[in-house]
Amino acid sequence: MTNTSPAAKADTAKLEAESRNATKAQLAEFWYYFAQNKGAVVGLAVFVLLVLMAVFAPLIAPHNPDIQYRDSFLVPPVWEEGGKAAFLLGTDAVGRDILSRLIFGARFSLFIGVVVVTIALTGGIVLGLIAGYVRGAVDTFIMRVMDIILAFPSLLLALVLVAILGPGLINAMIAIALVLQPHFVRLTRAAVLSERSRDYVVAARVAGAGHLRLMFKTILPNCLAPLIVQATLSFSNAILDAAALGFLGMGAQPPTPEWGTMLAEAREFILRAWWVVTFPGLAILITVLAINLVGDGLRDALDPKLKRS
Amino acid sequence: MPLLEIRNLRVEFDTAKGPFRALDGVDYTVDAGEVLAIVGESGSGKSVAMLAVMGLLPDSATITADKMEFEGRDLRTLSPKAHRKVIGKEISMIFQEPIASLNPCFTVGFQLGETLKTHMGLKGKQVRERVIELLTAVGIPDPEGRISAFPHQMSGGQCQRVMIAMAIACSPKLLIADEPTTALDVTIQKQILDLLVKLQQESGMGLIMITHDMGVVAETADRVIVQYKGRKMEEADVLSLFESPQNPYTKALLSALPENATGDRLPTVGDFAEAGGF
Amino acid sequence: MLSYALRRLVTAVPTLFVIITVAFFMMRLAPGGPFDSDRALPPEIEKNIAAAYDLDKPLFEQYLIYLGRILRGDFGPSLKIRDFSVGELIASGAPASMELGFSAILLALVIGVSLGTLAALRQNSGTDFSVMSVSMVGIAVPNFVMAPLLSLVLGVYLDLLPTSGWGSGELRYKVLPVIALALPQIAYVARLTRGSMVEVLHSNFVRTARAKGLPPRSVIGLHALRNALIPVITTIGLQVGVLLAGAILTETIFSWPGVGKWLVDSISRRDYFVVQGGLLLIAGIIMLVNLIVDVLYGLINPRIRHN
Repeated sequence: MTNTSPAAKADTAKLEAESRNATKAQLAEFWYYFAQNKGAVVGLAVFVLLVLMAVFAPLIAPHNPDIQYRDSFLVPPVWEEGGKAAFLLGTDAVGRDILSRLIFGARFSLFIGVVVVTIALTGGIVLGLIAGYVRGAVDTFIMRVMDIILAFPSLLLALVLVAILGPGLINAMIAIALVLQPHFVRLTRAAVLSERSRDYVVAARVAGAGHLRLMFKTILPNCLAPLIVQATLSFSNAILDAAALGFLGMGAQPPTPEWGTMLAEAREFILRAWWVVTFPGLAILITVLAINLVGDGLRDALDPKLKRS
Repeated sequence: MPLLEIRNLRVEFDTAKGPFRALDGVDYTVDAGEVLAIVGESGSGKSVAMLAVMGLLPDSATITADKMEFEGRDLRTLSPKAHRKVIGKEISMIFQEPIASLNPCFTVGFQLGETLKTHMGLKGKQVRERVIELLTAVGIPDPEGRISAFPHQMSGGQCQRVMIAMAIACSPKLLIADEPTTALDVTIQKQILDLLVKLQQESGMGLIMITHDMGVVAETADRVIVQYKGRKMEEADVLSLFESPQNPYTKALLSALPENATGDRLPTVGDFAEAGGF
Repeated sequence: MLSYALRRLVTAVPTLFVIITVAFFMMRLAPGGPFDSDRALPPEIEKNIAAAYDLDKPLFEQYLIYLGRILRGDFGPSLKIRDFSVGELIASGAPASMELGFSAILLALVIGVSLGTLAALRQNSGTDFSVMSVSMVGIAVPNFVMAPLLSLVLGVYLDLLPTSGWGSGELRYKVLPVIALALPQIAYVARLTRGSMVEVLHSNFVRTARAKGLPPRSVIGLHALRNALIPVITTIGLQVGVLLAGAILTETIFSWPGVGKWLVDSISRRDYFVVQGGLLLIAGIIMLVNLIVDVLYGLINPRIRHN
């Protein structure tokens, strides 16, 4: 079966080329369906802008986010009476430029999203694969624990976890990742359960594939679609939860320009200075909205049932 | 005066790829007491016409016709309320998937009772009595027990009988059956067809049978309309159609029946396509 | 149905047990104790206080004592709010929180289902698009952003409603917190209903209902809605959890005298028994709601009943 005559080599090369083309075709088809959802495309555009903003923050932001301008406390946005051109969106209670803080805050939000989703995804996939593949007592135990975690509101659990670990951004991220994990475990396990009895898995096993290979190379790629959609959802949840924790004083600590923490600091000034609350709130809103739109578009594009020919 | 008269019916759907013409100027006439069969393959538009009459087409459909009259009344100019008095009472329809066509959340008795309460104004005990009458008439055993049954607890054949009961509940003048036996077992198919024919003969109502099965046509129809891709290919009484089909497409359909196979290879419609130019 | 409910209640016990245990040990694991921030007291007095609350005993013994208390219905004393037991604290704050929660769910169901149905009936029209867009935004707006803004607009600029407290229970004090809590839920229910309705409206049995000549209110309100609500009801159980989290934030912002705010404070103040009792309460509520939802689901969807 594995002779390496020139004919066989040419065949292998052709197979590889075909497989690459197939992947390209799949991606092209995926993009076609995704692009049909205008909202998703807009969301993606906004998200890309955010990423660029975060990456190039030092170049884009007019000021350093931590500098306090002692002569400019609570300056309104430039279009209001009393506004200054130097501070387009105004300043906060200790004289820091809000626009610059928002731009740097994008770094934190994206960082939070990426880290949380990575941890939750990795842990969730591993646990889900094990549970779905091994079954039996291990499966029951894992799912029971996940059910208990899911029984609680995510924010509350994260709060308790942060209390144990101590307030701070890193601990908040770990807590949120732990709390979001059960969703991935469930999804992976469900997908594994439905795929493991399929013919192509049995065929792979008969051909001699080992357990690890079966889990990661055979089954997992076919479970990716719902996982990707859940990942986008969790991304926005993570940003929201981190902001909520920051708002309660348990997340990123001042003077970090994280959007939720900015809101916490600003609460008492809402009557005097609406801009200190509104702009960080808008930033959170737009980011979460964009990600949700992309998630919706992904779900529609990846769901085979909805494929229109 | 014919029971149902339709002239030059055109139906166009608004699709993502542009307008799609499902029906291209077809005429239908049905007299009281007559059984008309509309035959064609999938996509011929045979259901579309009847759905248009019943007002069950989606908003994306544009319906135009020179005439669309039921007992001389123009169906298109009826107000929605007046239309609802005709549909379900004087014209009724049964569909292809019997279990899916019944609401899974309500009992059979309730769904039958609805028709009676809405159109006949029956109340209370009268409803229950009439429901049992109807269930018996369509051949359902233990009708009193079945009243509190849910659709998923019954077989496809039984559900179709319930659909038929709902359709004849108000003694309609015209019953439209859209592929009523396609989703059922072969043995049940015969029972349901026999039931339909019997009910039609007893009540003298008009019956329109939509099907792709020439066997069903032979069993039930008085007259036949053959359709292909939204156009009428042939119209004749059933005996003439089978003995001497005029249109090449009809000839193709009949030749494709396994009973008519003479040589080694079963002919297909495509074999006749070039010759017939359709 | 009754046996099903009883079975669920029985299996809930081990889960609650696990939660009690986890809550207990999690709190004790947190660095710092309940009396750290108080004035430094002479060591004998500290020892007395610790002894009074059994805090000087080994951890496992404390756990057993706690379990024993729970079985007798005693959730322990509050370590920071003197003279109050956890039970009393919960009793004083629970009615206000529950009022907030129920009103929000009710509002979410009534308005959300109506909006979702409307959008489904006018699928792909301007109405559909605007309802869906607004609810998209509603889900994305964080609770703690919208609530202050809402109170700013309605409470201060327009001076229509009071922005904090409970007054003496008058209706106008309840409006802002309930709306702030309910808005994301309304949005979520509206989207869910719309999606479900759209699917149901294209189903065979709705076509049959129309073919029977039934009036539109029967077709939509009875035949379609009953089926469309099934997925909505099942997710309500999940949403209660989200609602509880939102309630905590809402109570903080509006100074609503409920259970949420002091729960958060107690976590940071290491008021052990309060936190444990609170977590237990929340778990209990969620499990109860899930049970009710499952029973309701069986009632609405006859296909489940007969399995």
